[in-house]
Amino acid sequence: MRALDVTRLSLQALQRYPMRTSMLLLAISIGVAAVVTLTAVGEGARRYVTGQFASLGTHMIIVLPGRAETGGSGIQGLLVGETARELTLEDTLAVGRSPRIKQVTPIVVGAGTVSAGSRERDISVIGTSAHMLAIQHWTMGSGQFLPPAELDLAQPICVLGNTVARELFAPAPAVGQPLRIGAARCRVIGVLAQQGLSGGFNVDETVIVPIASAQQLFNTSGVFRILAEASEADAVQAAKRDIVATIKARHAGEEDVTVITQDALVATFDTIFEMITAGLAAIAAISLVVAGVLIMNVMLVAVSQRTAEIGLLKAIGARQRQIIGLFLTEAACLSLLGALVGLAIGGLGTWALKLAFPVLDFAAPPWAAAAAVGVAVASGLLFGILPARRAAALDPVNALSQR
Amino acid sequence: MMELRDICREYKVGTELVRALDHVDLTIKAGEYVSIMGPSGSGKSTLLNMLGLLDRPTAGTYRLEGEDVSSLDDDALARHRQQQIGFIFQFFHLVPRLTALENVELPLVLAGAAPKARRERAVSILESMGLKTRLDHRPDQLSGGERQRVAIGRAIVMRPRFLLADEPTGNLDSRSGSEIMQIIEQLNRDGIALLIVTHDPMIGGRARRHLTLRDGKIVSDRSGEGA
Repeated sequence: MRALDVTRLSLQALQRYPMRTSMLLLAISIGVAAVVTLTAVGEGARRYVTGQFASLGTHMIIVLPGRAETGGSGIQGLLVGETARELTLEDTLAVGRSPRIKQVTPIVVGAGTVSAGSRERDISVIGTSAHMLAIQHWTMGSGQFLPPAELDLAQPICVLGNTVARELFAPAPAVGQPLRIGAARCRVIGVLAQQGLSGGFNVDETVIVPIASAQQLFNTSGVFRILAEASEADAVQAAKRDIVATIKARHAGEEDVTVITQDALVATFDTIFEMITAGLAAIAAISLVVAGVLIMNVMLVAVSQRTAEIGLLKAIGARQRQIIGLFLTEAACLSLLGALVGLAIGGLGTWALKLAFPVLDFAAPPWAAAAAVGVAVASGLLFGILPARRAAALDPVNALSQR
Repeated sequence: MMELRDICREYKVGTELVRALDHVDLTIKAGEYVSIMGPSGSGKSTLLNMLGLLDRPTAGTYRLEGEDVSSLDDDALARHRQQQIGFIFQFFHLVPRLTALENVELPLVLAGAAPKARRERAVSILESMGLKTRLDHRPDQLSGGERQRVAIGRAIVMRPRFLLADEPTGNLDSRSGSEIMQIIEQLNRDGIALLIVTHDPMIGGRARRHLTLRDGKIVSDRSGEGA
C-alpha cells in the first residue's frame, strides 16, 4: 500500500466526522498553543533580564566588600572576630593601575531628599566619578557629566537623571540651577538622557554627585562597590585575578572581596530563566498528554463505529499491519494538524502579549515549538496504538455482520 | 478448486456448544454455479465464510487450489482472499466516504497498485456495469441496485476465481435484484465460479448445482435445471 494512499484514506476518514475531528484538533491545538505561549513568556522574561545585565556592558567587573562564600565570613567569621574590611578610594585607585583594567570608578549609594525651590523628592543618590558615564554607557541629555577630578575632591555639583530633572525643574532647563541634597547645596551641571532601567536600577530617578561629596553626605569613608571595565573581553578573567591579588595585598593578605564578572552574572540568569521556561513547557506539555488520552478515546469509538468497514477491508485482503497503519496514520494526521493549528494560535497569543507588554520581547524559542509538535505527534501515535491494534484484531465475520 | 474434507465449525454460545458445520465434505470446481440454501441457522453463511477464508474450521482440512489453508495465519489468509476470492454482501458494505470509483479501486489500493493502472481498471469495470455517469457519486447518492453493482465491481477488480455472494439480492427490489443476478451470472459464464447463499428459492433455483444445509450438514447436493 502506498504512503500517499494511506494518508489520503486517513484524511478522508477525518473529513467524514468533522465535529469529532475539530474537537480533537481543538484539544491538541490548545496544548501546543499553551506550550508556545508559556515558553514565549519565559523567554521574554529571560531576554529582559539578561538584556538588563548586558546593558551594563560585558566587560564590566563588579567588586563588593566581603567574601560571599562559606567559611570566609558569616557566623564562623563573626566567631573568630573577622569582619569584612571596607573598600576605599585608595583600593579603587590601586585596582585601576592594572594594565588589564581600562577604567575604574567607585560607587556610594544612599537615599536622600533633593529639593529645588518648592519641589522636593526622595530619591537615590549615587556618588561616583567621571568614568561612570563610559562604564555604564550612559548618554548625556544636556550639560556635562562629572568632570575628571581627584577622587577625594568634594565638589558642589551634581548630574540629574532625566525624570528627576523634569520633576524638579520643568518647564525650565535644569542645567545651571541650584539644588539642595539633604543639607548640602550644589549646582546642576548636566542632565542624563532617558536611560530606562539599567541593571535593575532606574537611573532616571537618581542624582549623581562626586564620590567624595557622597561620602560626606552619608558620613562614610568606605565605598559601596567598585566598578571596573576590563581592557577587552578576553582580559576579563585576568583582570579579575589582578583585582583579587591587588586587594589581597592591600588588605593584609586577606581575600575579603567578592568579584563578580558581568558574563558570569548574565550566564547565571540565563540558566535560571531557561530552567523556568523549560518548566513552563513541561507543565503545558501535560495538556498534550491529556489530548493524547482524548485521541485514544475517540479512536476507540471510531473503531467500533467503523467495525463493518474494518471487516470489509479484511475481506478484500487488508493485512493487520495495513489496518494498524491506517488508524495510526489517522491519529498522526490529526495530531500533526492540531499541532500546526496550535502553532498558529500560539503565534497569535505571543503577538497579543507583545502588544499588551511592549517592554518584554516575547518569542517562543524554536526548541519549544519543535518539542510541542513532537510531543503532540508522539502522544497521538502512542495513544493511537491501542485502538489501531483493536481494529486489526477484529474478527472479520463478526465485523461484517454489523451494518 | 475448493475442497472441504470433514470440516467442523463449533461455537460456544454461553455454556452451550453449537456445531454450525458438522463434518462437511464439499468440492467446488472452477467455473461452477452453486446455490447454498437452507433454513436460518442451518450453517449456510458459516459455510460461505469458511469457503471465503473469513472463518477457520475447528476441525478438518480445506484445500484451496491444492494448498492446505486450514492452518494459515491471518495475513496469509488475507493474501489468498485478496488474490482469489471476491465477496458480495447483502448490505453492500461500501465505504460511505469514498466515491463509487474509489470503492472499486480499494482492493487495488490495498495491494499497492499504481494509481493510473488501477484507475483505468476500475473505470472500465464500472462502465461495463452501466455506471459511467456515477463514478464520482458516493454510496448515499446511489440507488440500492447501483450500490450492489459498485460492490460487484469491487469484488471482481482483482480478477478472483471465486465470487461468493451472501444474499446479494436480499436488500433489493425484484427488478434491481434480477439485474444483479444477470450481471453475476454473466461473470460466471465468463469463467468465474459463483457461490450464492440465499433463502429465496427463485434465486437459488437459477444455479446449476444446489446445496441444501440443515443443522450444519449438507442434506442435499443436486445438479441440473437452472440457468
